[in-house]
Amino acid sequence: MRTVALKRHHRAAPLILMFALLAGLTMAASFARSEPAQATVASEDAIQEGQKLFAANCATCHGLSAQGQDGVAPTLVGVGAAAVDFQVGTGRMPMQASGPQAIAKDVQFNDKQIAQLAAYVASLGPGPSVPDAEAVDAALGDPANGMQLFRTNCSMCHGSVGGGGALSQGKYAPALWATTPTHIYEAMLVGPQSMPVFNDANMTPEDKRDIIAFLEEQRDGAPGGLSLGTIGPVAEGLWAWLLGMGLIVGFTVWIGVRSS
Amino acid sequence: MTEVKTAPTDSRLNRAAGSTASYVDERTSIGAFTKFIARKIFPDHWSFMLGEIALYSFVVLLLSGVILTAFFVPSMDIVEYEGEFAQLKGLEMSRAFESTVHMSFEVPGGLLMRQIHHWAALIFTASIVTHMARIFFTGAFRKPRELNWLVGFTLMILSLAAGFTGYSLPDDVLSGNGLRIIDGVIKSIPLAGSYISYGLFGGEFPGEALIPRMFTAHILLIPALILGLIALHLFLVFLHKHTQYPGGGRTDKNVVGLPLFPVYMAKAGGFFFVVFGVIALLAAVFQINPVWNYGPYDPSPVSAGTQPDWYMLFIDGALRIMPGNFEYVIGGFTLSLNVLIPAVVLPGLFFGVLALYPWIEAWATGDRGEKHVLDRPRNAPTRTALGVALITFYVVLVLEGSNDIVASLFSLSINDLTLMFRITVIVLPILAFIIAKRLAMGLQRKDRELVLHGHETGRIVRFDNGEYIEVHEPLTEQERWVRVSYDALKPRELAPELNDRGVRRKGYRWDRFKAAWSRFYFEDRVEPVTPAELKAAEEHHAHELESGKKAAPEDPAIHP
Repeated sequence: MRTVALKRHHRAAPLILMFALLAGLTMAASFARSEPAQATVASEDAIQEGQKLFAANCATCHGLSAQGQDGVAPTLVGVGAAAVDFQVGTGRMPMQASGPQAIAKDVQFNDKQIAQLAAYVASLGPGPSVPDAEAVDAALGDPANGMQLFRTNCSMCHGSVGGGGALSQGKYAPALWATTPTHIYEAMLVGPQSMPVFNDANMTPEDKRDIIAFLEEQRDGAPGGLSLGTIGPVAEGLWAWLLGMGLIVGFTVWIGVRSS
Repeated sequence: MTEVKTAPTDSRLNRAAGSTASYVDERTSIGAFTKFIARKIFPDHWSFMLGEIALYSFVVLLLSGVILTAFFVPSMDIVEYEGEFAQLKGLEMSRAFESTVHMSFEVPGGLLMRQIHHWAALIFTASIVTHMARIFFTGAFRKPRELNWLVGFTLMILSLAAGFTGYSLPDDVLSGNGLRIIDGVIKSIPLAGSYISYGLFGGEFPGEALIPRMFTAHILLIPALILGLIALHLFLVFLHKHTQYPGGGRTDKNVVGLPLFPVYMAKAGGFFFVVFGVIALLAAVFQINPVWNYGPYDPSPVSAGTQPDWYMLFIDGALRIMPGNFEYVIGGFTLSLNVLIPAVVLPGLFFGVLALYPWIEAWATGDRGEKHVLDRPRNAPTRTALGVALITFYVVLVLEGSNDIVASLFSLSINDLTLMFRITVIVLPILAFIIAKRLAMGLQRKDRELVLHGHETGRIVRFDNGEYIEVHEPLTEQERWVRVSYDALKPRELAPELNDRGVRRKGYRWDRFKAAWSRFYFEDRVEPVTPAELKAAEEHHAHELESGKKAAPEDPAIHP
């Protein structure tokens, strides 16, 4: 009896349970993510469901027929499914509070609901649609071309490798490392917030995929050690002073302790 | 010359060492010199090792730099990249950039050497500034060391030049943008600017001459000057003898400490490896200047987070803080005061004041004596406050230079931030001056209090008559020495304007300025405790205890 009781209270048990739970959650999440992409042609049902969701969650600002309100929210006629998938799929919409720019917070809807909302908005007028899996597949892109394009078109706001940066009046360009390829593609397509539009005429779909390939390369970790946020010499200087000089001066104090 | 004494143990090794030493000595007479060096006395304090950090990081820079020179190609010829790094495949770039990427990814240990070199450069400049601050706040620049302050100042400027030329060598987008700013700054100089720029770049920016020229400056000219000046700097330290902090028996006429050999030799030798170790640790753990992220130089792209290395950041900050509407066109010539003032005039003033500070302070003191005992920063309140104000000013400029990073890190508006820095760059140094001066004088008063009344012991005693006192313990001789052995200088007396014949004397205006300057320094002061005051205080305490003893003679808790 005693041994059984002991076993029941094994020291590692909570840890193992936690790992099991984590593994379960991860698997659940990956299954949830790998749902097949929604068909581009939306069913009438989806549009109707989307309209209901829109009326309940978006119409306060964008108006009941998505026509927009002056000084509050833009019209959504013609923004397309890509804009909805980006704004709602990254948690920027519904907007929590007005500010310099919509903040990417926790996503408020599931994939099915987002697709329904997108279908409804797409039905209001023609606009860019959600890209398919092939269009955003980094493996098919050329990172060298992507780097050149990124440097000339993106790095002035998003930093040299997509670490993000400040814009005027409290607006900012976010870091791109946690953004999914689809959302990156959609952002280029629709130009959310302060971002300019890179439509297919001034940047081909292949070029967009090359940029995604370049950004994907940044996720594998940086050569040379910890990248300090890749924000450049300011971070390097800060670490040189805090850690470098801190350690060395600490040593001088230690060496000088037995002062004469 | 000197005879080799018999070794304590007559081993083979000792005999060999002895005969080698005498062989060298008989031909160079170096024995006497070695003896002189080895017996040179140095006082001990951790803050005296800050300059050593600069020296050792410079040695690290030389060592790693030699290895980098073996692989770097200082050429602006255009080649197509065919190396291992996928993101750059097929790109056109200069040989300088290509060789930098090549040594980073294909030369074994090359990236580590680059990172060691760059981290060492940051530590080199940082330690020079720290060392300079120590010299400043302890008054170690006073007579006879003014010239050595100037040598050290020149070394600081050279370290900035070394850092900037090295930072620009890889010919990447980041450093290219920095060079473009320098080009703009040079061109803002009236009349001569465009000629200097054309001469420097060998034509219109960027030209094809700059990288080879900077390479020569970076690996030959600047290091040679630094080496020569380091030799002079250290020679002057030996000549003047090292300064010492105030303490029992230490005066302006002696040096209290230990001989260089063996203790300091061992400490210094070990400390070299500490500095090298910390630099190597940084280089092994943290990426620095990833030029492959920035890409080969091309004048069009400027990425977010474009900043120079920390030591040039204050000039960038000055440019960012300056309102942009001070550009005038006079007779077809453009006068860019919005660039000239922050990037030429302001650093010129800042460095000018730093370089001349020993003389600026000497105007106020009028003191011509040699000073070998250091000031505790509190005992020179105005100097300390000036130093703190200067550092505050510098830090505000550095923060403004990083304003985009600060803005995105703390979710602030970059415009508001710049407006705030425009105000704080003037207000904060003044506030810092007042606060630092008051703090220093407060500490001086605390010292007076301690000397006069001793340490609080926390023991409260009640006398029979109902009076409570806390027993204070008098300071030891050493503690007292540190707190009373300073001069509270008084403002200079201004001699009358007219001489006895009623004629205005020569140099009166200059004297009047120096007197005003002196009042600024020494009007407010806390005098050290005089022997008379100390005696009076001691008598008072004795009396207090005496009366207490009479009241409670058997109380064992009361001791003076």
